[in-house]
Amino acid sequence: MQAAADGDQYLTFTLGEEEYGVDILRVQEIKGWQRVTPIPNTPHYVKGVINLRGTIVPVIDLRERFGMSAQEYSKFTVVVMVRVVSAGGRERIMGLVVDALSEVYTFQSEQIRPAPEFGAALRTNFLRGLATVDDNKMVIILDVDELLSDEDLAIADDQSRIAAVVRADSEGGTEHGND
Amino acid sequence: MSVDLSQFLQTFFEESFEGLDTMESGLLELDPERPDPETLNNVFRAAHSIKGGAGTFGLTAVSDFTHRMETLLDRLRDGQQAVTPDAVNVLLNAVDCLRSMLAAIQSDQALDADAISTAQRQLDEQLGQTPTGTASGASGPAGDTGGDRGSAGGGGDATPPSGGGGWWIRFEPQPHLFATGNDPRRLFLALQDLGELEVECDTSGLPPFEQLDPETCQLAWTLRLYADVTEAAVREVFEWVEDDARLEIRPLEAAGTEPAAAAEGGAAAAVAAEPAAGAEAAAPAGGEGRKSAARRGGAGGGGSSSSIRVDTEKIDALIDMVGELVITQSMLSQIGKEFTAERLEELQDGLAQLERNTRELQENVMRIRMVPISFAYSRLPRIVHDTSRALGKAVDFQMEGEQTELDKTVMEKIIDPLVHLVRNSVDHGIELPEERAAAGKPETGTITIEAYHKGGNIIIEIADDGRGINRDKLLGKARAAGLVEDGSELADEQIYDLIFHPGLSTHDQATEYSGRGVGMDVVKRNVRSLSGNIHVRSTHGQGTTITISLPLTLSILDGQLFRVGDQTYIIPLVSVIESLQVDASKVSRVTSRGEVYHWREGYVPIVRLHELFDTEPVRRELGGGLMVIVEDEDTYLGVFVDDLLDQQQVVIKSLEANYLQVPGIAGATILGDGTVALILDIAGLIEMSRGGRRQPYIPDREDSDEAA
Repeated sequence: MQAAADGDQYLTFTLGEEEYGVDILRVQEIKGWQRVTPIPNTPHYVKGVINLRGTIVPVIDLRERFGMSAQEYSKFTVVVMVRVVSAGGRERIMGLVVDALSEVYTFQSEQIRPAPEFGAALRTNFLRGLATVDDNKMVIILDVDELLSDEDLAIADDQSRIAAVVRADSEGGTEHGND
Repeated sequence: MSVDLSQFLQTFFEESFEGLDTMESGLLELDPERPDPETLNNVFRAAHSIKGGAGTFGLTAVSDFTHRMETLLDRLRDGQQAVTPDAVNVLLNAVDCLRSMLAAIQSDQALDADAISTAQRQLDEQLGQTPTGTASGASGPAGDTGGDRGSAGGGGDATPPSGGGGWWIRFEPQPHLFATGNDPRRLFLALQDLGELEVECDTSGLPPFEQLDPETCQLAWTLRLYADVTEAAVREVFEWVEDDARLEIRPLEAAGTEPAAAAEGGAAAAVAAEPAAGAEAAAPAGGEGRKSAARRGGAGGGGSSSSIRVDTEKIDALIDMVGELVITQSMLSQIGKEFTAERLEELQDGLAQLERNTRELQENVMRIRMVPISFAYSRLPRIVHDTSRALGKAVDFQMEGEQTELDKTVMEKIIDPLVHLVRNSVDHGIELPEERAAAGKPETGTITIEAYHKGGNIIIEIADDGRGINRDKLLGKARAAGLVEDGSELADEQIYDLIFHPGLSTHDQATEYSGRGVGMDVVKRNVRSLSGNIHVRSTHGQGTTITISLPLTLSILDGQLFRVGDQTYIIPLVSVIESLQVDASKVSRVTSRGEVYHWREGYVPIVRLHELFDTEPVRRELGGGLMVIVEDEDTYLGVFVDDLLDQQQVVIKSLEANYLQVPGIAGATILGDGTVALILDIAGLIEMSRGGRRQPYIPDREDSDEAA
């Protein structure tokens, strides 16, 4: 990860009480929720595909991806279109359904702390790190490339993953070691 | 003045490959007994432009090689040498060799020196038959890629051969010479190939330096060519610039009294040497151009040319249409500005016009990708020529419907199957002349390939009047291979379709021309991959006809729309056999699970799409519901759906581009209301119905991080 002298900008959004950020350069556009066409036999968090000006783009519900309780979509629901680069260098556009947009923050690379290890039960490879805003608010910086790997798009996985990580961290503020 | 030639290099390659095709088809057309001078001229001109282009880009090996071909062609053209089948073959080989040379240079690979020298030797042998000797002696050694031959003009100290004949040439190009793509140096190099050349540059026409326009030619030249050649040969070098220059050619003896301008000799040599230095500079530039061209080719993928030549008429039509569209648009915006309820009709008219414009524009944009099938045809005469010659067969090959257009992608993918089928017709179909005579047929067999449009499809038929397929032998082989059960009877069509089965050949032994490379099964697979169909008709002893039917384009298909649950899906219409209302009495169960439907003397498995796709249907009861019978490669399936909608053309969009390949789904399209509908993949659906995979395919990649 390379940071310019004046830091990188991150677009943040909320899922429940939590705030997440993605590299703003990966954000292609932001859309309201619209009806999707479901794709058969895909993980539950892959909501389906939409027509993004003539191309077919999959939409992923981040709440469900993180195993959080699903929420009914409203006119405030936002879909963040991000550019994802997979291992083979293949670029794709995908939509992330989030509760609401929040802020744009600038972080220096040293402001982003590595996420703690949570052991084998939780994969944290899609966490680029954790950053702190206003001394007490934590922003979880996502690595969208890892978040939306081919396996994640194809095979439904366990639902517990990151939600527990985040709660433990934001409530207690202490770093857990391995179980 | 330096011009970056590399940008033109790609065009040179494209044009050269086209030229080679022209040469090849011209050579194949040549009747040794009555060679058509126009055909020979065409072949010659193609060789000439390749030579010229190669020279311009400093591809000396190519220009030297082409020069020999040109010399031979010239002699054939002038009637100095007879057009023999041998000569034609040597030239065909040379065309092959030149093609591979150009391909190697284009992809920045080493030239095949052996092949080149063999082809060159053959050419020289042909040339050796008439002992003029000048031309063959003039060519450089094979693989000479240096720019050293560019020192043509530096003839200051060259002593003319004493007493030899020759020509005095005064060449005064008009200022626009360069604009026509001509370079005097090329002309002089060509003259030098004829014999000893002295070049003298007349710089008197040059304006003062400040007024010099480097793109105009203000120079004139006086040349002395010491060679025993005809005036016509000299004139021919200047053939292309005749209209752009004043040219005077006199025999040297007569010109002996011309002012020698010896004092200017030194200056002339210096000026003339300049292009020579330029040649050396051009060589590395050419090399770089090759690399970047190769890179571009690589990015384009798979070496197939990514550019397309479009008829200007098509572009004109597009421009007209865009013009109309703009007018319609301004009319509509006018209505929009001052809209009142009374103008509703006007608005509707405007919208109807917009719809018409859009549709026409779409059709015409699609037409840009359409190319005549003659591109695919171009390789076939050669295949027939080579194969029939090698097998000792006499074949009259005819091509029809050459102007029939089809999508470029479709065409590129159909070339190999066509080549295979035509080669097959020569090898398997047409009998040896004596066999044909014994069967009471003309000794020369006929193979016809024809292309035409029918409905939304293009039909390509390859017909021969050969021995036909031995139905019983084929069936016997299929039985022996266990493909057909003993005792079962098949319709003729089904039997002939067996030739597409891998590993089943009617030929008893593999020859050089069959039993390797693509087989009939690959042909069928290729055609299917283009959403096409292939059928065989044959009459034993009378011939075989193979019919390929292809969609005009790959990006649009005719679809049957239907609903399951709250979703709309599309089945490609080519796969739909019929749609019917389910008669409950015709539904049976197999081991109480699998359901089959009694249909046309047989049973088709019933698939409930909502089960395969794990969605909520509106209707679960089969009886009285709707079912679409679909087919893929002779496998039938009844797809149970909630509701049938209309049929319409849909534009195919990739689902994989941003997501993954999903079993049973061929792609997606965007409906009129902007929503996405999925297009079914029938082959995939059949596989799923048999318990095949359902989850999306993960592209091949090492998967390690889930291991923990």
